[in-house]
Amino acid sequence: MIKIDHLIKRYGTNYAVDDISFSVGEGEIVGFLGPNGAGKSTTMNILTGYLSATSGTVTVGGIDVLENPLEAKKLIGFLPEQPPLYLDMTVEEYLNFGYDLKNCKLNRVKHLREICEVVKITDVYHRVIRNLSKGYRQRVGIAQALIGNPKIIIFDEPTVGLDPKQIIEIRNLIRNLGRDHTVILSTHILQEVQAVCDRIVIINKGKIVADELTENITRAVDTKRRFNVKIAGPQREVLSMLKSKPGIVYAEALAERDGDAYTYMIESEVGVDIRKNLFYTLAEKNWPMIGLEALGMSLEDIFITIVDHSEEKKKMRGRVSVEKKVAQSVMQATAEKQSSAATDAQESE
Amino acid sequence: MFAIYKKEMRSYFINAIGYVYIAVFLAISAFVCCFTTLQMQSYDVSTYFIIMICALVVLIPLLTMKLFSEERKLRTEQLLLTAPVTITGMVVAKFFAAMTMFAGTVLFSCINFYPLYKLADEARAADEYAEITSALGPNTAILTGNVIGILLVGAAFVSVGLFISALTENQLVAAVSTMGIILAMIVIGLLKGLINNYAIRFVLSWISVLDRFNYFSYGIFDFNALLYYISICSVFIFLTIRVYEKRRWG
Repeated sequence: MIKIDHLIKRYGTNYAVDDISFSVGEGEIVGFLGPNGAGKSTTMNILTGYLSATSGTVTVGGIDVLENPLEAKKLIGFLPEQPPLYLDMTVEEYLNFGYDLKNCKLNRVKHLREICEVVKITDVYHRVIRNLSKGYRQRVGIAQALIGNPKIIIFDEPTVGLDPKQIIEIRNLIRNLGRDHTVILSTHILQEVQAVCDRIVIINKGKIVADELTENITRAVDTKRRFNVKIAGPQREVLSMLKSKPGIVYAEALAERDGDAYTYMIESEVGVDIRKNLFYTLAEKNWPMIGLEALGMSLEDIFITIVDHSEEKKKMRGRVSVEKKVAQSVMQATAEKQSSAATDAQESE
Repeated sequence: MFAIYKKEMRSYFINAIGYVYIAVFLAISAFVCCFTTLQMQSYDVSTYFIIMICALVVLIPLLTMKLFSEERKLRTEQLLLTAPVTITGMVVAKFFAAMTMFAGTVLFSCINFYPLYKLADEARAADEYAEITSALGPNTAILTGNVIGILLVGAAFVSVGLFISALTENQLVAAVSTMGIILAMIVIGLLKGLINNYAIRFVLSWISVLDRFNYFSYGIFDFNALLYYISICSVFIFLTIRVYEKRRWG
């Protein structure tokens, strides 16, 4: 549906987008993830024909955006970072303007009413946009993107500045839209892509760092199982037991104390669920386990480390699979985090 | 393109700006008309039109200042530029919206001349030497010529305002710069009289917007002048389109 091929956008000597290639299939929801200034918005603006590219090609539904922008734009509904609203219009006037602007052929009244119901703005339909809250404005922006039932919908940071309830609503809305539209969503919130998207494209400093299915990235984190265990018992003995226990590849005592209980971080071998086994062992030794907390599900760690390591990755020869890299990175990050926490705790003592 | 035109027209009337413009235009024109004709006991309208052209210095920026600058500030231009509309279509639609407002008020302000005709009729009726005074009253040909002339001059000014509005995000900057440039375009024509050098005078008269107006003010339809004003409009509309193209290419 969308194909971006060696796209470059340069401002002077500064590369906003540096040789990006990826494609999006029909009916896919793709999350475009990156820190501020990574080139997300630039890519989206090029995709929608707002900006032009320095070089490279962008095709939408088989139409080249740069060569035949008018035809391509008909296929796209776009919600920019800041919703493009005319504050002095009512929602009704605004949507009707959008309808005329896009030269929409569907039944006007029926189509607009449907859209309003989908994004839940029917009750503010006759109000002036200036008087609407941020959440409603955002929805009016989304409604505008839906006019004409475009095949492709592009959202640039759709949940910025909304309250948690609204964020959940908008995410649900986007997921529903994904059923019969191709959706691209840019964000720097990781839970968002995890919750909504089928696939994640991570971009940093104008380059693609990772392009994987969401479940692959999630699974990558899951392959090594890591836990924080709180065990009541003599710290040194418990730790040596943990270290020598088969199935555990790594164990470390953390500087966290709760009465006579200490917290340890352990990591089991791939594919081994250590929890039950550990419970019985501890019960035998009469060291009660009073807490068990799974770690490492956070996409945040992956993201930060992938972005940090993208520089090193360039130097590496051959292609290292993302899964492996992710796992390594997560390990490192968590270890660093824990050790820094340990030093902090020591200092406070 | 028509959608944008419609939107612009509506935005003049949902904001105060359209009403302010119409009110100020009509007030100035009525006052000037009274002063230059009735007060002076004259049927000659040429002074009226010259003064009105000078008043356009203040009036045109009211129409053009927000055309693009506001869109840019509110980021709504992103909506227009990502919609299936060409940049040319967008610019031309905005130009015609401003022109509609301008032409509408100019034509409406023609009711100012009604009292002149009325007076002339009465004077003729009261006069026993009707043969001699039959020439009394405003000259309709001159009037029409002047109206066409002011519409063309106004179109040139609107295109300038349009271009300036595309250059800045700030409406006030757009308005003041437009005023300055329109004023300069008018003043250049007057400056010409002070210069002896033929070459410079020739160039100045080429730039001068007022010079072309002269024939119209005699009631003569000047085809050259028509082309001149259309060229000026085209040049500034083209420049506006280039501004947007350039911004797209970054």
